[in-house]
Amino acid sequence: MGIALSVLRRFHGGVHPPENKAISAGAAIEVMPLAKRLFVPLHQHFGAPCEAVVQTGEKVLKGQILGQPQGFVSSPVHAPTSGTVVSLEEFPVHHPSGLPMLCAILEPDGEDRWLPGLKGLEDPEKAEPAAIRRLIQDAGIVGLGGATFPSFIKMSPPKGKVAELLLINGVECEPYLTCDARLMEERAGGIVEGIRIMLRALQTGECVIGIEDNKPAAVKAMEVAAKADGGRIRVVRLPVMYPQGSEKQLIEVVTGRQVPSGGLPVDVGVIVHNVGTALAIRDAVREGKPLISRVVTVSGRGIQRPANLEVRIGTPVQDLVDHCGGLKPGVVKLVSGGPMMGVAIHTTRAPVVKGTSGILALLAEEVPASREQGCIRCGHCLQACPMSLMPNEMAWLARHELLDKLAEHDLFDCIECGSCSYVCPASIPLVQYFRFGKFAIRNRDQEKKKQEISRARTLAKEARVAREQEEKERKKAEMKAGMAAKKKAQVEQVPDPSAVPSVSATAPAGEAKSASVAAVPGGDDKAERAARAAKSAAAAKAAKAAKAARQAKDAE
Amino acid sequence: MIEAVLSVSGLALVAGLGLGFAARKFQIEANPIVDKLEQSLPSANCGNCGFPGCRPYADAMASGGAPINLCPPGGKATMEALAAILGVSPVAMEEEEGPKVAFVVEENCIGCTACIKACPVDAIIGANKQSHTVVTDICIGCKACVEPCPVDCIEMRLVPKTLYSWSWAKPGGEHATLH
Repeated sequence: MGIALSVLRRFHGGVHPPENKAISAGAAIEVMPLAKRLFVPLHQHFGAPCEAVVQTGEKVLKGQILGQPQGFVSSPVHAPTSGTVVSLEEFPVHHPSGLPMLCAILEPDGEDRWLPGLKGLEDPEKAEPAAIRRLIQDAGIVGLGGATFPSFIKMSPPKGKVAELLLINGVECEPYLTCDARLMEERAGGIVEGIRIMLRALQTGECVIGIEDNKPAAVKAMEVAAKADGGRIRVVRLPVMYPQGSEKQLIEVVTGRQVPSGGLPVDVGVIVHNVGTALAIRDAVREGKPLISRVVTVSGRGIQRPANLEVRIGTPVQDLVDHCGGLKPGVVKLVSGGPMMGVAIHTTRAPVVKGTSGILALLAEEVPASREQGCIRCGHCLQACPMSLMPNEMAWLARHELLDKLAEHDLFDCIECGSCSYVCPASIPLVQYFRFGKFAIRNRDQEKKKQEISRARTLAKEARVAREQEEKERKKAEMKAGMAAKKKAQVEQVPDPSAVPSVSATAPAGEAKSASVAAVPGGDDKAERAARAAKSAAAAKAAKAAKAARQAKDAE
Repeated sequence: MIEAVLSVSGLALVAGLGLGFAARKFQIEANPIVDKLEQSLPSANCGNCGFPGCRPYADAMASGGAPINLCPPGGKATMEALAAILGVSPVAMEEEEGPKVAFVVEENCIGCTACIKACPVDAIIGANKQSHTVVTDICIGCKACVEPCPVDCIEMRLVPKTLYSWSWAKPGGEHATLH
C-alpha cells in the first residue's frame, strides 16, 4: 500500500472564511474571444525572467517562443495567437508594487494559426521520462495554482529522493475561486490523462486527488474518470478548511507527514501538482501545445455576470470585465487571485498571466474595514496559524525591525496565507508585517554582500595601483642603469649615432603618460603613439581650462 | 505664629542663598553651541541618529564627529538650521530620494580616463578616447569620480526602482507608531 493514509489527519490551525463560491460555481467554462491586443509579460513564473527572442514588427505564429528562459529555474513564454509583435515595452502587470514589466505586445491577425511542427508523443505512457519532462519544460508549464513554479523541475526529483506519491491538488481553498472546480467537472478525462503522463514521468504508481467536499460535482466527475483508469488513482474528499490547498498542509492531511522547515515536498516523498497543471501537461505531452491560455474565475458581488473564462495569456483585465457585463456601482477593490492571498489590481490594463486564477470585483461589504489597533494578546493568531508560528511575536519583532530575532522565529516558514490577519480582532495587518520582514532581511543580506564585494574590489584596485607603481619604478631604474651603461660605453668607444633613440619622440611621451594611462594598444611605433597621447592630453587640458572658465562664470 | 513664619522664611532664605551660591560656584562650563544645536533638534530623543538622544547627538556634532543629516524627524529644515549654527554647508538628507549612482553622459565624455582612475571600486569602464560608462551594480555612489571629470559629464542619478528592487513597505497603521 502507498503512503496515503486511509484516515485523514488534520493540520494545525486554519480558518473558515465565507466561501462565496456559489457566485460563479454554476457558470460553465466559456472560451473568451480573442482580444484586440495581447500584452504578454516576459516573466510569469517563479525564477529568472525570460529574454525576448522576437523583435518589434516581427510576425509570430501561435505557440512561437517570445521569451527564452534564462537559467535553470525559469520557463519560456509563448505567443498566445498568431500576429505581429508591435512593441516590446514596459507595461503594467499584476504586482503589489504597481511597477511595470517588460511585455511583448501582440496584435493578433485573427487567423490564430499554429506554429507548424508542434508535436507531442504518440504514446506518452511508454515514453522515456526525460522526453516527457523536456516537453513540459518547452511548453512553459508552471504551477497554475498560483505559485507558478516551473513544473518540469518538480517532475525530476533530485538524486537520492524518490517520489512515492503524486498528490493532485483540487482543493481550491481560496474563497470565490471556482476555476479548478469547473475544470474537474468539465474536463475530468483530460486531467486523468495528464495524471497518467505524470505517473509515467515520475515512475510511481500511487496518486491521490484531494478535493474539498464543498465541490460534490467535481468529486463525482473525478471519481468516474479515475475509475476508468484502474486502481492507481484515488479521489479523497477533504473537510473544508483554509488553507488546505497549500501543499504543505495538503500533504499533512493526506499522508500525515510534515515537510521539514526549508524543505520541499519531495523530502517526504510527495510531489504536488494542481489540476489545471495536470491538464496543461496533458496538452503539452499529447499534442505538443505550449501553455498559452488558462481558466480564470471572474467573480465578486461587484461583477454583473460572474463567469469562468478560458482566457489567452496576455488578455487585459478590462476585456474580462467587459465580457462579464462590466462592474456594478460601488466596487471598492479589484483583486487578482483569491481574497486571502491575492494582490490588489492597480490598473485594469494589466494582463492575465499564467498565475492568474481569478479576478474579483469586491463591494465595500466584502472588504473588511481595517484600522490597525493595539494587540490585545488574545492569541487567536497562534491558534489560526497553519505553520504553528507565533504571528503576534513576529509582528512585534517586525515592527521594531529586530531582524535576527525575526528569522529565529522561523519567519521564512510563513506561507503568507493570511489566516492570522483574518482572525485578528485588532485588524493588525500581520501578513504585511511578515512580508516587510522577509524583504528587510533579504535586503540586508544583499547589502552586506554588496559591501563585501566593494571591499574586495577596493583592495584589488589598491594592490593593482601599487603593483603598477612598483613596475614603473623598476623600469625607471632599469632605464637609468641602461643609460649609465651606455654613457660608459660612449666614453669608452667611438659614439654611434644609430644607437641613440630619438629624444624628441620620447620626451612628450613621458609627459603625456601622466594624462593617459590606458593608451590604445597597437602595432605602430613609439613616436606615433606619443603624438596621439600628447593630443589627448592637450584635449583634456583644453577641457579643464573650459571647465575652470565655466566655474568662474557660474561664480559670477 | 510669628515665630513659625519667621523660622520658615529664614530657612527658605538660607536654602535659597545656598542654592544660588552653589549654582554659580559649581557651574560646569558647557559649550554654548551644544545648547544651540540641541534647541534646533526636535528633542524627541528618538535615537534615529544612532545617539542615545538629542543632547548626545548635539555634543557629537559640536565636537566635529557627527554629520548633520542624521535626524529624520527634523528633516531638511533641522539639517539646515544645524548647518547655519555650525557654519558648514548643508548636505543632502540621507535617503531623501533613495540611493544614487554615478552616470556618464556619453555624448559629452571625451575619454580622458580621469574618472576611471578615481573610482575606488573600478566601477567605470572605457579606454582612452573611448566613451566611458558606469557599471551601476558595482557603483557605490561615493561621488569620487564627479570632481575629476574635466567636462562635467558625470551625474549622480537615482537608482531606478524596478520590480526586482522593490520591497514591501512596513505597514503604516496608526498603531505601528505606538509602543
